[in-house]
Amino acid sequence: MANQLPVKVVAVEERIWSGEAEMLVARTTEGEIGVLPGHSPLLGLLKEPSQVRVKLAGGEQLTYDVSGGFLSIDADGVTVLAESATPATPESH
Amino acid sequence: MAGQVQALRRRIRTVRSTKKIAKAQELVATSRIAKAQERVAASKPYAEAITEVLTALASNASIDNPLLVPRERVRRAGVLLITSDRGLAGAYNANAIRTAEQLIQRLKADGKEAVLYVVGRKGVGYYRFRNRPVEASWTGFSERPSFTDAKKIGDALLEAFIAGANDTDAHYGPDGIQGVDELHIVSTQFKSLMTQSAEAHFLAPMQVEEREVEGLRPAYEFEPDADELLDALLPKYLNTRIYAALLSSAASESASRRRAMKSASDNADDLLKRYTREMNSARQAAITQEISEIVGGANALAAAGSDV
Repeated sequence: MANQLPVKVVAVEERIWSGEAEMLVARTTEGEIGVLPGHSPLLGLLKEPSQVRVKLAGGEQLTYDVSGGFLSIDADGVTVLAESATPATPESH
Repeated sequence: MAGQVQALRRRIRTVRSTKKIAKAQELVATSRIAKAQERVAASKPYAEAITEVLTALASNASIDNPLLVPRERVRRAGVLLITSDRGLAGAYNANAIRTAEQLIQRLKADGKEAVLYVVGRKGVGYYRFRNRPVEASWTGFSERPSFTDAKKIGDALLEAFIAGANDTDAHYGPDGIQGVDELHIVSTQFKSLMTQSAEAHFLAPMQVEEREVEGLRPAYEFEPDADELLDALLPKYLNTRIYAALLSSAASESASRRRAMKSASDNADDLLKRYTREMNSARQAAITQEISEIVGGANALAAAGSDV
């Protein structure tokens, strides 16, 4: 059982980030969703505008401001597709 | 004779400065191709992912989205033509426009009215000169299209397409807007540095390919439900298609310009060689003539002296 989650953040004009993460948190139109390794396949439309947080091993966190985005989870991991995605200034949580 | 040498010298100077311009354009175009190709490559991951997602969705959602259902009666067909803003690109624009014209002829033969949407100053100029109506046009980004540009175009096309749904033969329908029932796109495909071809493609309604996947298809959950998701994703997909066409056309434009400018500067080299040779022989002819005049004059004087 893989305990790392392969994540891809892809904008229309370029690939923003890809790698392994512990967890991904996003907000779909239905509500907030946290994705851990081994999540069942899902397609979700992200709320407009919204933030996607990628939690890396070691406690680091990447945050992206995403617009026009959606999320696809399958056996190969999570893909966040967005019309535009920019790294957000890290907030204190 | 001296006049001819002067004229040739002037012409050589002209050809030389033209050659410099052509050479510079060639170099600029060469570096632009590389950049354009990078951008094409950078847009691939998104395009592939959204195609995959839509394929998964299409097999789960009911396919009655207006973007997917062919209209029973097609009265007006929108044609999006992508040309460049600047010239000096060889046959690039001529090819794109010719392909669009062929498409329009074909549509007319089928009893459809073609509605033009044009990207790029060259295409706009072509139709304005011929006094043909253009429904909408966008200019100023043909060499460096951004997704925002594609989105602007996509939104306008989508609006016309949706507005066309309730048109009738005699009337524009309840919304009072005359829309279109089909969308086509004419763009230039970048095949390689040497080959680019202008092609017409169907943009909407889209055909869904229900690919057979080997093994089990993942049972997706949908948030919100599949139909709503499809409604949201199809316009995005349309924009992605337009964006890809813009990028490929931009790469083709630069490749075409590079080739045109390369043959222009090669041609300038040939001209320079020929004119230089002509100038040299003209100069030599002038000198020879002068000498023979002097010699002839001296001989005449000598002959006159010996006579006395």
